[in-house]
Amino acid sequence: MSFNVPDDRRYRESHEWALPTDDGIRVGITDFAQDELGDVVFVELPDEGDSVAQDEEFGVVESIKAVSDLYAPVGGEVLAVNEALFDSPELVNDDPFGEGWMLEIEGADETELEELLSADEYEDQIA
Amino acid sequence: MPLQTPPLRGIHAERGAKFTEFGGWDMPVEFDSIQTEHRAVREAAGVFDVSHMGQIHVTGPDAATLMQRLTTNDVSRLAVGDAQYAAITDEEGAIVDDTVVYRLPDEGGEPTYLFVPNAGTDEATHERWIGYRNDLDLEATVDNRTDEYAMFALQGPDAAALLADVAEGSPTDLGRFEATSVTVDGVECWTARTGYTGEDGFELVVPWAEAETVWSRLECQPCGLGARDTLRIEAGLLLAGQEFDLESNPRNPYEAGIGFAVALDTEFVGRDALAAANEDGVEERLVGFRLIDRGVPRHGYDVTNTEDRVIGTVTSGTMSPTLEQPIGLGYVPVEYAEPGTTLRVVVRGQSKKARVETTPFIDTV
Repeated sequence: MSFNVPDDRRYRESHEWALPTDDGIRVGITDFAQDELGDVVFVELPDEGDSVAQDEEFGVVESIKAVSDLYAPVGGEVLAVNEALFDSPELVNDDPFGEGWMLEIEGADETELEELLSADEYEDQIA
Repeated sequence: MPLQTPPLRGIHAERGAKFTEFGGWDMPVEFDSIQTEHRAVREAAGVFDVSHMGQIHVTGPDAATLMQRLTTNDVSRLAVGDAQYAAITDEEGAIVDDTVVYRLPDEGGEPTYLFVPNAGTDEATHERWIGYRNDLDLEATVDNRTDEYAMFALQGPDAAALLADVAEGSPTDLGRFEATSVTVDGVECWTARTGYTGEDGFELVVPWAEAETVWSRLECQPCGLGARDTLRIEAGLLLAGQEFDLESNPRNPYEAGIGFAVALDTEFVGRDALAAANEDGVEERLVGFRLIDRGVPRHGYDVTNTEDRVIGTVTSGTMSPTLEQPIGLGYVPVEYAEPGTTLRVVVRGQSKKARVETTPFIDTV
């Protein structure tokens, strides 16, 4: 099975992605991760205004069969939370790189983004 | 120890199944998605490979006595083609395992039984039967046939029509907990109208070597152990190792809500202890609950009262695909067991409101 790995963003080994946008850095989990989890039924995320540190847990994603911690690919202040996931957690399965995004973080250190894996490196990891 | 594999491991893998270890077996946990499989069983039909379940065959002049001594239900009520749910208990009345006992056609003029212990327990169960047979000086042959039979569960409102199409024999004439021999594509299968989903359906005991022939004819959504678990939780059914576990969670049948499977007027291991438990009443009971706050209850989470005092533990929990609500099972003191009682469940350090519900959570057959 092959998984979508868009090359417009960077990746953490624990299967989170980070995408720079005009406002901040958008964060979610990968296609591979949602497939491993199966049907996502619950997402727990920080509040807007909370700060998160790179490599620290920022939330939890639960499928029917598994509970999985989420790790911040970059640190900063939480600018926005995808509240649509509270009522429709299945968006994480349906569109992990788009509608299934989780957080927007602002004020991240540029070097943190560079420490992450490129799309090619992440693709090798999940191959 | 290497995992045991069901006969169709390769066929399931080709179909794209994901696998998990369960009871020492490498079993399909998910074919497509748990929710898809779950809904197929509730709305149409699904088929499960449950070849990890044990099969113990007992025959001989004292076969009925041996079965009666080691299971809690009344085996003497079984005519050929009847099945019954029973617990296997120890001297203290704690559940060792739960099982379905089938009375097969007599062999050599002697009463004959097949019973199905849970995955990974077949060897210990076989030894238990041999040990008691010898101690009680009974005449019965006890064979562990777990490796000789595959087992499939065809479940759902369309299961009967589907089986009627592919099977010779009269499976659809069976009532609940009745069994008969049917033939699928020339393969003789012992078929019972039983299951573990709360839906109508059948369980087929199939010769190991013919497993593929039969499986390929049961054309409907293949389902893994993931959906099997969500379906049985909605139906309020027990899972060995979670709702009872002799080591970590010893429970008697009254606590577990299966007192209906205990026939105190028969003689069996654990009877005296259970007669006393029945007389005295139990202090804790298994209840179903629904989480009112957001979250998913999971095995091992604490249950508290509204004053945050720990009063029990979640034994099973999930997001119910049918109800789209978080539900669970757990033991609580009887004063908290009435439906409508407010409880709290501790999810990662956060106390979440829950309410005791009647089980099954859904309408069942």
